[in-house]
Amino acid sequence: MAPLPYVVARKRRETRDVWTLELEPVDEAIEQIRPGQFTMLYRFGVGEAPISSSGDPELGFRLVHTMREAGQVTRGLCAAKPGDLVGVRGPFGNAWPVDTARGKDVVFVAGGIGLPPLRGAVYDVLAHRNGFGRVVLLYGGRSPGELVFRSDVERWRSRLDVDVEVTVDTAGHDWRGNVGVVTKLIPRAPFDPANAVAFVVGPEIMMRFAAAALIERGLPQESLWISMERTMRCGVGLCGHCQLGPTLICRDGPVYRWDEMRPWLEVAAL
Amino acid sequence: MRTLDAVITDSPVFEGLTQEQLELIGGCASNVGFEAGERLFREGDRADAFFLVRHGLVSLEAYVPNRGPITVETIGPGEIVGWSWLVPPYMWHFTGRAVDDVRAVQFDGACLRRKCDDDPVLGYELLTRFALVLVDRLQATRLQLMDVYGDNVG
Ligand SMILES: Cc1cc2nc3c(=O)[nH]c(=O)nc-3n(C[C@H](O)[C@H](O)[C@H](O)COP(=O)(O)OP(=O)(O)OC[C@H]3O[C@@H](n4cnc5c(N)ncnc54)[C@H](O)[C@@H]3O)c2cc1C
Repeated sequence: MAPLPYVVARKRRETRDVWTLELEPVDEAIEQIRPGQFTMLYRFGVGEAPISSSGDPELGFRLVHTMREAGQVTRGLCAAKPGDLVGVRGPFGNAWPVDTARGKDVVFVAGGIGLPPLRGAVYDVLAHRNGFGRVVLLYGGRSPGELVFRSDVERWRSRLDVDVEVTVDTAGHDWRGNVGVVTKLIPRAPFDPANAVAFVVGPEIMMRFAAAALIERGLPQESLWISMERTMRCGVGLCGHCQLGPTLICRDGPVYRWDEMRPWLEVAAL
Repeated sequence: MRTLDAVITDSPVFEGLTQEQLELIGGCASNVGFEAGERLFREGDRADAFFLVRHGLVSLEAYVPNRGPITVETIGPGEIVGWSWLVPPYMWHFTGRAVDDVRAVQFDGACLRRKCDDDPVLGYELLTRFALVLVDRLQATRLQLMDVYGDNVG
């Protein structure tokens, strides 16, 4: 599957090493991407990397991707300027099962750069706000300067029908919000665990602790979904690079129900 | 407004205690309020109290040379601030400050320690509960120390 050429239409700096790119097709567009899905983004001459969609699903053919400069490929992508061309393959993977949360409370838990893969699902839920119970977003970052999509978070926080709590691991005196890990926000978050669905993204260890706290609150394991963003290569289930237990993340994931993924998360060095 | 006794009874920390034990604890408690920015206690001072936060946010701060005060944790409604009253040398390890206007129940540590000495069953109950608070804090601190957002992607 050859990458389709897209042009960088807009670029925004989120933090010191995280950037958001908005991409428009030069000619042919990939199929409409859904929240939770990802594309393989190709920086010509450097290589490609799987990056989740961070866009509002209503945006149509325009793609939004948010990435941290981790290594060669992501550094190359983050260095792309408006007008530059990148290649796009996809969309790949499954989407957040937002419909399973209809009529229930929805709890989003994001850690670090885990907010971008959830952002589209938050937009989706808010676009159909009446179809859901309480909507809660718990977002944890390393420090105030490393929070992404701050203007979205502030806008959501100002709504009367969304409960947003933000916390950071450390902060100076000028930060007037919560300090501590994101899992600490779970016990006092306003939702009914017996009638809620949770979507969680972040570093694996954070997802494990968040899942434990949600289950301790009384959320059934079947109502808990995570996104696995481990390294992968081909994106189409051929190379086996992203195999985890019986599953290939690129083909069957990256979104999994917690009880399906839990046994594999606790196995060292997979 | 709810009475002090009701606040204590409803707090998860004291869940499951007998009426008599709750009354003993209530005898060492009082309602307090702090304005945003006001200090509840200072690092190094004698720790003869703990707080059950009812409203607002309390930050625990440490002073780091060349960086100034940094917040290591905040504690919100329903949570307990302070365990230093429980173990010698009864000294605050951090400075506690009200981030916004805070309402809390303050418990007199010396008063409670005396009651625990007189009534070891109550002492055991309180120790078990504070051990849970401490374990929660320890787990959270470990996660913070791992700096999970640092080099991990996704
Ligand atoms: C389904 C999926 C969705 C993803 N979505 C996003 C996204 O929206 N935004 C984003 O910034 N990143 C995302 N990632 C991770 C991203 O794909 C990797 O950071 C990227 O492939 C690294 O390539 P590189 O050449 O830049 O760095 P490399 O040189 O390959 O690696 C640099 C460093 O990052 C580490 N690393 C690489 N990939 C990962 C990973 N997946 N998890 C943890 N550590 C890793 C390596 O071990 C190495 O230390 C996603 C990954 C997957 C599988």
